[in-house]
Amino acid sequence: MKELIKKLTILNGVSGNENKIAKAISEMIVSNVDEIKQDSMGNLICVKKGNGKRIMLAAHMDEVGIIVTHIEENGFLRFSALGGINHFYSLYQKVTFDNGITGVIGYEENISEIKNIKLANMYVDIGCKSYEEAIGKVKIGDSAAFTGDFVCDGNRIISKALDDRCGCAILIELSKRLKNCDKEIIYTFTTQEELGLRGAKTAGYSINPDVAFVLDVTAPGDTPKSKPSPIKCGAGPIIKIMDNASIINPKLKDLIIETAENEGILYQLKVSNIGGTDAGAISLSRDGIPTASLAIPCRYLHSPVETIDIQDVDNMIKLVESVLNKI
Amino acid sequence: MLIKELTLAEGISGDEFDIRNKIKTEINNNLFDVFTDSMGNLFATKKEKKESINVMVTAHMDEVGLMITLINDNGTLKFKTIGSIDERVLASKRFFIGPQLIPGVIGTKPIHLLEGDEKKQPLKAKELYIDIGCNSKEQAQQLVQPGDYAYFDTEFIEMENQMIKSKAFDNRVGCSLIIDLLMENYNINLQACFTAQEEIGSRGAGPAARRIKPDCTIILEGTTCCDVPHTEGHNIVAKINGGPVISIIDKATIANRKFFDFVTEIAKKNNIKYQIKEGIYGRNDSAPIQASENGIPTIVISVPCRYIHSPSSVMSLNDYNETAKLIKALLNELNYEIIGG
Repeated sequence: MKELIKKLTILNGVSGNENKIAKAISEMIVSNVDEIKQDSMGNLICVKKGNGKRIMLAAHMDEVGIIVTHIEENGFLRFSALGGINHFYSLYQKVTFDNGITGVIGYEENISEIKNIKLANMYVDIGCKSYEEAIGKVKIGDSAAFTGDFVCDGNRIISKALDDRCGCAILIELSKRLKNCDKEIIYTFTTQEELGLRGAKTAGYSINPDVAFVLDVTAPGDTPKSKPSPIKCGAGPIIKIMDNASIINPKLKDLIIETAENEGILYQLKVSNIGGTDAGAISLSRDGIPTASLAIPCRYLHSPVETIDIQDVDNMIKLVESVLNKI
Repeated sequence: MLIKELTLAEGISGDEFDIRNKIKTEINNNLFDVFTDSMGNLFATKKEKKESINVMVTAHMDEVGLMITLINDNGTLKFKTIGSIDERVLASKRFFIGPQLIPGVIGTKPIHLLEGDEKKQPLKAKELYIDIGCNSKEQAQQLVQPGDYAYFDTEFIEMENQMIKSKAFDNRVGCSLIIDLLMENYNINLQACFTAQEEIGSRGAGPAARRIKPDCTIILEGTTCCDVPHTEGHNIVAKINGGPVISIIDKATIANRKFFDFVTEIAKKNNIKYQIKEGIYGRNDSAPIQASENGIPTIVISVPCRYIHSPSSVMSLNDYNETAKLIKALLNELNYEIIGG
């Protein structure tokens, strides 16, 4: 499982540019499903045929990053955020473009106080001395991901893009385990979640499942002076009762909790009024789709050092597998 | 000039009757099926059908403006802005109000009476009122009702270097381009749509996309450009005479990459000067169209306009002509391969 997460997180797939991830996932999942397609938003839709209920499992492929908006005469790049990146995290980070070019984020030296820094005053240094030199390497509209090496230390995994490649990895593992399940399962790897659940909207519409489960990550409250929350890393997968985008379908909530209790799987409940996952878009598709949002606790979200506990991943796989077998 | 007629027509969001009728008159011939839906979107489809893809080309008809909310006891009018208007542009402007096109002005306190900070602070819309010359509520009620729209009263002017000035280039420039496009033949099925209520949240475009269900959509716009003094290079967004502006990203969408690459390729192949919109600003009809049903590949192509959402917008006819060339070249070369998968 760690190896699978590593393979997915070291690839770059910033919102709107998820093709590398889609290609890698297609190769990993192809032997476990009957049909693979990609829609105009770039969503990767992998169908394992079956009778009975049509179940959608969704995780988003995209990660936060930056997009080049302007190239200066002296070869420096100006950029905007793709997704919710924090300007304190961004400063002095390395970023990598699709073609392998590495950039460093710096800031205009005339900013007097660090608390006033804005992304608009930052630039990317790709080591070029002129516009002409820079345009040979990077174009306006090119996106780049933060560099964040994969580190595995016991149960702890540190990497960029665990949001939400760990969800993608869980789906791939489930596809192996549920190969002989009698239900139709649609493994859906969505795009542009970080920009406002954009891929999930069309995916939810075209798939039109009987029920949907969204697997993502969410912030715990177990670090010094963090926002008060009982959620802890390593204390089990999270059933998201409510966030800013959706409220869990009550029947699904009961089913998931009952399953976890019966099977003795650790779980945590999260009630929050911030953040949102693809569940928000999918649950409102068509006539409304019963949807549950499940999440792995993940520290330092949207930074290059996102941190999870692999035991939560293992428990999530067990939980979803058991729930699916009960539907 | 068609664009003159179109910019001087009235059509604030939700009140697109006049502009829609002007467009209808222009495309009124037996080659097209013309239809208006319940949102006020106007559709024009060639009667002759081809064995090819359906390409929807849209431009919104509506413009920003004001709506009267209350008639004050002294006969002046309170209003709200419809669409995003920089409130600093409102003072001392002339307006036409309501179906009777009653002339009015937004007055302000004379400079002689301003004290201290008053001179430095721009006036907010809620502090302003429209003066139509009436001296009582009763008199004003004969001429104007709450809910009436107030239109910028402005002229169309031809300036130096093929530059023109008027209101509502955003987005009558797009409407004008579509009318031009409809007069020619292409290998694809062209579905023209003039949308309603873009300026208050792209409300017409979603229903339009779900009705047409096109294979792809080209959204034509008049977009902001800030190639003016005191703006740093990376904040200019786009330049006058830089050619059509192709959007790769805005606040609500990222262009379909394959479609975007194809558009820039076509521009290069046909020696059409183009620019990529710099920065992430604004949103438009592409958002509801791209996310419609199963998803529709979209691209936004705009004519750069200075001072948009004001009665004194300025653009270049050179940019207009280059944009028209690009879209025609696109419509001749679009096929299933580009927009599929």
